[in-house]
Amino acid sequence: MRTRSLLGAMAVVGLVSSACSSAATPSPAPATSAPATASAPASASAATSPSASPSPAGPSLPTSIGAGEGELDIIIWAGYAEDGTNQKAYDWVKPFEAATGCKVKTKEGNSSDEMVTLMRQGGGTVWDGVSASGDASNRLIANGDVAPINVDLIPDYKNIAPFLQSPPHNTVNGVHYGISHGWGGNSLMYRTDLFTPAPTSWASVFDTTQAAAYKGKITDYDSPIYIADAALYLKAHKPELAITDPYELTQPQFDAAVQLLKDQQPFVGKYWVSYTDQIDNFTNGTTTIGTTWPYQVNTLKGQTPPVKVDQVVPSEGMTGWADTWMMSSHAKHPNCMYKWMAWMVTPGVQAQVAESFGESPANPQACDLLDKAGGVGPYALANFCTAYHVTDKSYYDAISFWKTPQADCGDSRGQTCIDYSVWTQKWTEIKG
Amino acid sequence: MTSQSRPSAFRRLQAALWRRRAIQLLLLITPSLGWFGVVYLGSLAILLLSAFWFLDPATSAIRHDLSLQNFQLLASQDVYRTVAVRTVLVAGLVTIVDIAIAFPIAYYMARIASSRIRSLMFVLVLLPLWASYLVKVYAWRVILAQGGPLEWLFGLFGVPGVSPGFSDLSMVIVFCYLWLPYMVLPIAAGLERIPGSILEASADLGGRGWLTFRRIVLPLVLPSVAAGSIFTFSLTLGDYITPKLVSKSQFIGNVVFDSQGVANNVPFAAAYALVPIAIMGLYLFGARRAGAFEAL
Repeated sequence: MRTRSLLGAMAVVGLVSSACSSAATPSPAPATSAPATASAPASASAATSPSASPSPAGPSLPTSIGAGEGELDIIIWAGYAEDGTNQKAYDWVKPFEAATGCKVKTKEGNSSDEMVTLMRQGGGTVWDGVSASGDASNRLIANGDVAPINVDLIPDYKNIAPFLQSPPHNTVNGVHYGISHGWGGNSLMYRTDLFTPAPTSWASVFDTTQAAAYKGKITDYDSPIYIADAALYLKAHKPELAITDPYELTQPQFDAAVQLLKDQQPFVGKYWVSYTDQIDNFTNGTTTIGTTWPYQVNTLKGQTPPVKVDQVVPSEGMTGWADTWMMSSHAKHPNCMYKWMAWMVTPGVQAQVAESFGESPANPQACDLLDKAGGVGPYALANFCTAYHVTDKSYYDAISFWKTPQADCGDSRGQTCIDYSVWTQKWTEIKG
Repeated sequence: MTSQSRPSAFRRLQAALWRRRAIQLLLLITPSLGWFGVVYLGSLAILLLSAFWFLDPATSAIRHDLSLQNFQLLASQDVYRTVAVRTVLVAGLVTIVDIAIAFPIAYYMARIASSRIRSLMFVLVLLPLWASYLVKVYAWRVILAQGGPLEWLFGLFGVPGVSPGFSDLSMVIVFCYLWLPYMVLPIAAGLERIPGSILEASADLGGRGWLTFRRIVLPLVLPSVAAGSIFTFSLTLGDYITPKLVSKSQFIGNVVFDSQGVANNVPFAAAYALVPIAIMGLYLFGARRAGAFEAL
């Protein structure tokens, strides 16, 4: 009896002490940097944040890049750090490792949300950097997760297209938080042999009559940010909603977009999370039409035998991503990260990335390599830079790049827009 | 005999512990109970506590203030109820199907097969457990896909277009396959324990095959079936990978994963995670009543 009560007491003490001690320690990064973010949300678009910029407590900008630390841990979008395994011609990791001695370790993120969570792991010390899209970059900046960058240390910075040198998604109050990498759109991919005639509009997936014809063969990107694609469709097809920015939606606009997706749900075959999923599904014809990144189109066409797919930019336009290489404010290998950022905007690497992924490079000097006969590798395209509108600012402006929806609409509507936490809740409802 | 010098410190410690059994027991058990209490139960306690916190919408930081808003959201939105009901129904269906498939296999293994065949069958039943979970699920994805082996097989018999692809049916099939060994083995163990003399006695008293099965075998093997069902039910209830890979349906685990990983809304994920904990608590209570733990 005494033994039992002793054991019981021990168990209770262990339980209580562990619960109490863990409750006392603050939860990871978001809570500890709460003071820094309290000022940030007042500003919607990053350009208007207060002058006390939410930079982390740290040294001022470095004046030179020191010796490499021997290792680099980065979070990337699939295809952003090729080492020749997929296609021998596309390899920019091994030359980097040889030149700098920084061994590159990568982790592919499936969505911006995943990347933000990963960057905050271990108080920001696990990963040195990330290729952040616009819907992750401003959140990382506002939370102090990424460090300001001294662009003078990046030799090719001055060669980057002017509209990408200080864009609002990575430059806040004149402070640079990263180097632009490239940009592109979420186009509509389809199986040329299984979906005829070729689609020209997002109505092929959103209009219920058209979608019903291909029930179970449609695919959507599995992320709450996809609600913006529905809003973009409604911007063209329901002008009475007066949608101007698919990421800043008032309640009625948001409800309409959510309803469109709920109506579409019975016809969707798969909400793709990983690009490999989508590649598998299109290869065996399980899905025949849906939103994609050009990387999948290239990979499918490059398979042996090539899968019969093609992509279109629908008439309503498309959402897209403008990616930036950012460095963690607690990076363990900052010199290697700086070297990587400098490496990634050199013309040679930009040309390889642009061709292999199928995106517009930030540095137009890459066009000399992209436009020459035969391009750089197997995914070469004639007149690449014209086809990808590399220096065309008006085309760039026409894409609705991913950005984090916030309550502040950023215009005359004031604070009436729906913020991202509601988007994520509604996304669960949409999938059902 | 050598003169009695003072025994070594170690010997004195041994003797002291021998006299105070309680302390000896305490020292032996502290490491494992400590690990269990602090790491396992402690983390569950934190989970329970964090379900009452909430995410500040302005800063996306977790506010350590007690509030019931997570539970209010769970109760007000239909989708969470739908997902929970779907998860429980699929778990129940998988359990029933697995019992139906496992019983004949286990009966043959336990009561009919010769000992060589029985050993071989044990190995064959256990073999899939050596393969990685993901490998098995991806293999089934290929089998069930359009143009896959299943469609080909049915095509041989003249039935075209049988490819579940991404659907709830595929999900159920994959779950049934994954957890089958966990159902076969307890039932086989339970059946083996039934003495042959009881069945002979039943036959002597006039019980035919089905009557003996219904009145004698089933009640005796029910605890083992309950024990096996704990595995299939709980493993299906908590799974989130298979629904993601072979269907477009959401399970409780998917919502928890998306809330935690995607939205960083850990308190809400914790609140929703309490639902399967409560369900499993009830299930285990029922299984205990059915005698599942006596079969161990």
